[in-house]
Amino acid sequence: MMNNGTLISLSGITKHYDTGKVKVRALQGIDLEIKRGEFIAIIGPSGSGKSTLMNIVGCLDTPTAGEYLLDGRPVANMGIHQLAAIRNKKIGFIFQNFNLLPYATAYENVELPLIFAGAPGAIRKEKIMRNLSMVGLSERADHKPTELSGGEMQRVAIARALANDPEVILADEPTGNLDTRSGKEIIEIFERLNVEGRSVVTITHDMSIAERCHRIVRLKDGIIESDTRNGNKI
Amino acid sequence: MKLITYKFILFIRLLLREFKAQKLRMSLTVAAIAWGTISVTLLMAFTVGLQQQMRKASSGLGGRIMILWGGQTSKVFQGLPPGRRIHLHPEDVDLLKKRIPEIEQISEEYLRWGVTLDYNGKQINKLVSGVAPSFKDMRSHYAQMGGRFINKIDYEEKKRVIFLGTRVCEELFGNDDPVGKRILVNSIPFTVIGVMVDKLQNSNYHGPDENYTIIPATTFVAIFGDPWLDNIVFSMKEGVDSDLVEQELFRVMGGKYRFDPTDSPALWTWDLVKNKEIERKIFLGIVIFMWFIGGMTLLIAGVGVANIMYVAVRERTREIGTKIALGAQRKHIIWQFLTEALSIAFVGGLIGISFSILICSLFRALPMEGALELLSEPTVNVPVAFITVGTLAVIGLFSGIFPARKAASVDPVEALRYE
Repeated sequence: MMNNGTLISLSGITKHYDTGKVKVRALQGIDLEIKRGEFIAIIGPSGSGKSTLMNIVGCLDTPTAGEYLLDGRPVANMGIHQLAAIRNKKIGFIFQNFNLLPYATAYENVELPLIFAGAPGAIRKEKIMRNLSMVGLSERADHKPTELSGGEMQRVAIARALANDPEVILADEPTGNLDTRSGKEIIEIFERLNVEGRSVVTITHDMSIAERCHRIVRLKDGIIESDTRNGNKI
Repeated sequence: MKLITYKFILFIRLLLREFKAQKLRMSLTVAAIAWGTISVTLLMAFTVGLQQQMRKASSGLGGRIMILWGGQTSKVFQGLPPGRRIHLHPEDVDLLKKRIPEIEQISEEYLRWGVTLDYNGKQINKLVSGVAPSFKDMRSHYAQMGGRFINKIDYEEKKRVIFLGTRVCEELFGNDDPVGKRILVNSIPFTVIGVMVDKLQNSNYHGPDENYTIIPATTFVAIFGDPWLDNIVFSMKEGVDSDLVEQELFRVMGGKYRFDPTDSPALWTWDLVKNKEIERKIFLGIVIFMWFIGGMTLLIAGVGVANIMYVAVRERTREIGTKIALGAQRKHIIWQFLTEALSIAFVGGLIGISFSILICSLFRALPMEGALELLSEPTVNVPVAFITVGTLAVIGLFSGIFPARKAASVDPVEALRYE
């Protein structure tokens, strides 16, 4: 894995929603470059466009205008199969509300991306158990989401996001529904992942979490208000 | 090959997991398909069964036969006044047979009511009919195992033999085997030669055949001395127009008894061929109506299945969104719903068809009397059953696939936002 190459490059990204009566301008021209191995917090008030930005970066949504290069290749030119493969292998997405399948066990939830990737059984098992133990839940493999705490659910979601060894973890307020202690555990896992060389981008409202990241991007009204690395402006 | 097997196993596992997760919804859909299948299949099974039984019942009295009675003239003819009674005579049988080639078989019939039958002191009063051996085929008087109908020798030699209807036999003999036993007919000893098989009969002219007792016509005349016949029964050859035969009948009989061939009250006829044609048309109407009802039932069941499938897939839009966010290809999503719908249809259809067959065998096994007997032979129409299941499966499939396709086609963020 190259450490200093540019992984994600956004230029002039805008996103407008047309709800029929009102036009919402969620993003109004975002230029952002994310390198491999970066650990970034995206902060800003509600409605500033954080989630929209994250969804576009995660290939869950498409921008109205602007260019998004992932690994130097324009995402706009990719077909649905290619996008699915990117979501499956290159990006690990973590949601505020976990989005675990309620009827599947922790093991089966982590297995999903591996099934979509077509990984053979032995490899699946090995990866699932490695990822679950990484988030400290190897004992909980057979539990369903309803039998897990919020923090544990989010850790299952992280293990699931890591299933296919993605280059970047994108987390949309991963600690938003968690108590402080559980939130701290999540951020510690992110730090470990970052030390291993993975890029981590997380949205947060919590300044104590944002301050542990190496770079803070502040959004307001759909534009980047400030972008600082270790307290210094970029 | 190995890869395909492996993918297949994976698929089944995923499917079982979904089943486990959606127990209520799955069982509801299975129940809807099973119920639809049962409704349509049973409706058609009973229609087919009823049709068969009706056909059997209408041939209970006989096949292509006509029955002829004497009447009274109403027109002046060759100087003779109207109001003359026409009686049928024994020699008319030969006359008709000789003069009308369309007639296949023919038999005279003498009747006497209130004849005392006595078996070991047990006495009942019954109708006794005197006929020729050809009566057997024309009027479906078939003998049960171990017995026989009257034959040519009985007829020619005026034998004192008697053939019993089932009810008469029951009343007189109970559970005993009557064949070969002696009974007294108005104090004259007769030998029982046979008992009629049970048959469905929806029309008669002197009470149902199960209440008949039959002896050779020659024996009848020797004992009772009747100068006139009660009626003549004859069958017509296949393809013969019964109206023409009737015209010919009036011409021949008019010539002999000297009445106008157009004087219809001079003879009474009952044309079963025409009767059956009318019956057939009425029943065709009923069958068409039943098919229509069946189609409507299928439609309603289809709407039910479609509704459940559609709601179910909509409910799972978020789940679809999650899976796409995790990198599921569209085929993963579509295949999931496709196999789900197919397995549901398979299980529901299997339950529905088995249940229908079960109910039909139950009806066949149950003893049914009287009018209910018409319902006693429901027959599952296999193509109808499969078409029903197939239709419901296709409806379920499409109503599931379309929302699933839609959910899998939009940006995942939209599917994820769906509440």
